[in-house]
Amino acid sequence: MPEAGHTGEHVHPTAEVYLRVAAVLVILTVLEVGVFYVPVFHPVLVPALLVLSAAKFTLVVMFYMHLKADSRFFSFLFGAPLLLAVAVMIALLFLFFGALTLRGTAGAG
Amino acid sequence: MTHAAATHHTSMGLDSRKMAFWAFIGSECLLFGSLISTYLVYKGRSVVGPYPHDILNIPFTSVSTFDLLMSSLMMVLALAAVQRGDMKWGKIWLFATALLGLVFLGGQVIEFTEFVHKGLTISTNLFGCTFFVLTGTHGAHVAVGVLWLLTLGTRALQGKLGPANAMTVEITGLYWHFVDVVWIVIFTVVYLIQ
Repeated sequence: MPEAGHTGEHVHPTAEVYLRVAAVLVILTVLEVGVFYVPVFHPVLVPALLVLSAAKFTLVVMFYMHLKADSRFFSFLFGAPLLLAVAVMIALLFLFFGALTLRGTAGAG
Repeated sequence: MTHAAATHHTSMGLDSRKMAFWAFIGSECLLFGSLISTYLVYKGRSVVGPYPHDILNIPFTSVSTFDLLMSSLMMVLALAAVQRGDMKWGKIWLFATALLGLVFLGGQVIEFTEFVHKGLTISTNLFGCTFFVLTGTHGAHVAVGVLWLLTLGTRALQGKLGPANAMTVEITGLYWHFVDVVWIVIFTVVYLIQ
């Protein structure tokens, strides 16, 4: 019996779905590089790139890593550390750049 | 004893190897999270050059990114082929994935060599240190993935891989796709947001 057929695991997408996702991923990558090079987008460069990157990340995780159809427990095993990593990243950025700002303010004062 | 016969499931009805591997991927999120955090914290604090805008080659890295995305497609096609018992295409897609992984690694070797020639090493400045540690760790993961894929492909050639071992291919795929999503983040954070 194929192992994937066991209880708690679901049917994976078809090859057609995989190809469509790949096409979207390529389009998003082209958009990323386009946003980088076109000066009009420079005022919104960082948020635009982060949104595009997050969209690519989500597509791969949901369709290629099958989290969309698989057990929610796998989503938890992946999502909880991912959230922790993002929280640590944000906290460190606040700590370092916050410290810089305070030092700058003190120096100016 | 077949591989399927040795399979263990948890009380939740989930494959124990797959569950363990997702936990491993979770730990890898924290590893790469710390490396990316370190890169961001020291971003723009190098007191000597070369600086990112001096040497990063966006067109070249965009091709590498495209290459890795296509390798992820090959990987899911390999899994789909193995699951339906089409081992001929299963082997082709597995080796194609490994080949694209090797192309990515080749690109990274070219990029690193070019940077060293332009004066950026791991000890030149904070950018060099954090850049090489982050992208080098990712490259090491890609290298492990390529070895894993080649091992799997060789087993397929020997007739030791079939639909009963689909979970083995799926777990290999989880690792490979994780390497891909990490690169998606690195490409944006390191290369595009300068």
